Amino acid sequence: MASIEMKNIVKQYGDGFPAVNDVSLDIADGEFMILVGPSGCGKSTLLRMIVGLEDITSGEMIIGGKRVNDLAPRDRNLSMVFQNYALYPHMTVYENIAFPLRLAKMPDDEVRRRVTEASDVLELKDHLERKPANLSGGQRQRVAMGRAIVRQAEAFLFDEPLSNLDAKLRGQMRTEISRLQRRLGITTVYVTHDQTEAMTLGDRVCVLRKGKIQQVASPRELYEQPVNLFVAGFIGSPPMNFLPATPEGNRLKTPFGDIEIEASRASKLGGHDLLMVGIRPEYFEDASLVEEHKRPLGSTFRARVDVTEWLGDSQYAYIPYEAPEAITNQLRDLSRELDAEELRTQAIVSIDSTSRIREGREAEFWLDSRKVHVFDPETGENLTRDAEAGAELTRLATQDRVEQVEESQSRASAEQETGGATAASA
Amino acid sequence: MSTRKKVLWGVAAAVIIFYCLFPIAWIVSLSFKAPSDLSNQSFFPSALSWENYELIFTGSASDLFLPALRNSFGICLIATAISCLLAMFAAYAIARLDFPGKTLILSTALVVAIFPVISIVTPLFNLWRNIGLYDTWPGLIIPYLSLTLPISIWTMSAFFREIPWEMEQAAQVDGATTWQAFRKVIVPLAAPGVFTTAIIAFFIAWNDFIYGISLTSTEAARPVPAALGLFTGASQFEEPTGAISAAAVIVTIPVVVLVLLFQRRIVAGLTNGAVKG
Repeated sequence: MASIEMKNIVKQYGDGFPAVNDVSLDIADGEFMILVGPSGCGKSTLLRMIVGLEDITSGEMIIGGKRVNDLAPRDRNLSMVFQNYALYPHMTVYENIAFPLRLAKMPDDEVRRRVTEASDVLELKDHLERKPANLSGGQRQRVAMGRAIVRQAEAFLFDEPLSNLDAKLRGQMRTEISRLQRRLGITTVYVTHDQTEAMTLGDRVCVLRKGKIQQVASPRELYEQPVNLFVAGFIGSPPMNFLPATPEGNRLKTPFGDIEIEASRASKLGGHDLLMVGIRPEYFEDASLVEEHKRPLGSTFRARVDVTEWLGDSQYAYIPYEAPEAITNQLRDLSRELDAEELRTQAIVSIDSTSRIREGREAEFWLDSRKVHVFDPETGENLTRDAEAGAELTRLATQDRVEQVEESQSRASAEQETGGATAASA
Repeated sequence: MSTRKKVLWGVAAAVIIFYCLFPIAWIVSLSFKAPSDLSNQSFFPSALSWENYELIFTGSASDLFLPALRNSFGICLIATAISCLLAMFAAYAIARLDFPGKTLILSTALVVAIFPVISIVTPLFNLWRNIGLYDTWPGLIIPYLSLTLPISIWTMSAFFREIPWEMEQAAQVDGATTWQAFRKVIVPLAAPGVFTTAIIAFFIAWNDFIYGISLTSTEAARPVPAALGLFTGASQFEEPTGAISAAAVIVTIPVVVLVLLFQRRIVAGLTNGAVKG
């Protein structure tokens, strides 16, 4: 187990294109770090530089206090799960898992003990003598994980390990990976483009865009205090709505009426004629369903609903709005960059599933103005970000992690003791 | 497929099989005819005769045939082994590494492969006589390598390209050196490719006539195809047709055995299950 430090890491390809540009990132011992971003953001390249499959153009990679820039992958003692698993098709599952141990020239009985242990954890006991070709996708995935955990590596690296599984299995494996990581308490770097995985698995999430770090924070901080338009638009599903706004004192004039914001926040908006307000879908509500005492905390407006989607537990309404060309262009660029297809200027709002708002009619909505964020449309910077509140969220997450690791490890050792006791009595 | 189509396919297959195999059947039939029976105007021999086989194995032609058979086996096997080994390394480098002159090597290999053999036989004949390689095993193995290496490199690099890069990277992360990754992961996965290449290379060497006849003069190195050309009849008025047919049948046997033996190995698709497919 070890911490991973990256200092000003740069990866330049032959044509001078910087796939990873000046990335500095500290990953604490035992931490679960997610690298996330749209395709082509350099997240996989960064991971491959950690493991040593990709040369580092400049910068320093330090694992467990040792500079590893020039070490071959085998000397870094990291284990990796590949996107397509990369199992050895000519070996049985047992030999696949045992492969790293065999290379380390470990005695046979020790190999047997470790492989058995790993296959118990991953429920692969019945498949040890089979070949990878005969396994299902989920089983292959578990074999790949078995090969990673069988050896005492400094850190685990995952390269989009769940992207080849179907949705149901993906959910299962996600919790499996999370439990395994807590139990082993091992530093983990996990690359994904799926934000559900990023939010649920990570202690901290590093959002990358075009090879540059945008924000490194706990999932909660990313969600509540995003640093810019890109992070705000990337995290959250359905995505945050961005509305054009013009400031007037403490009020913001938007297509959905005026929004009043606190004076302390409004003071940060000086000097801008045109702004972008970011409002998450769940900050909206059907006005008729909002309790009286909450109403004054936000504003109400009337709008025509284009489409509604009723999902049982929740309901979404789509409200089109007009926007100046500058904003429309900015939004189009953003959605293109986020691999999203939505190009129309429409707000997605989440309303109570019991709401009777119907398509094609005009309805009254309420919006919670306390949590809206205001962005500079040119730079994308979040003007109302509360850095302290964000840091507090991340600090809490770190504390949670330490507690969780301690708990799951004490549970694991307790299990072992009782297991040993039953074995002894038998 | 409709019945009509099936019938048409069946007929077409039968025609092709007949076209390909009839000459072989003819040679087999000839090899069982006694010299006096050769021009009996019918496909089948009037009486089954082992005379030709006796002639090449124990009779007067055995001095020519048996050493040639030994030479052919030895020379072809050695040439195949060397060519496969060299081609394996070359193909691995071509498929995996990025180095200047990669396309040059591949195109040179192609040029060598299509270069007419007959045009270099004469200079080679002179050179070999001067440096003492004439009529020796190495004197044939070296030209055979020039025949088999290009095709071996091409086929094997195609096979190596099929193996996912990740296999090797996974092995390296698991703690293997480049050599260990090559030996324990890449070579077993490339085995079907190696066998296919070996068979092709062996055939090419086995079937060569021009080098065999030009660069040898005695039974020290003369391979079978050249020896067949030197068969003579019992008297100068007799054609050695029967003996040649018998020898041709014998020479075909190892090729058939080889293919049957490795047929299962050649089946591609060993990499199934390596990566999500």
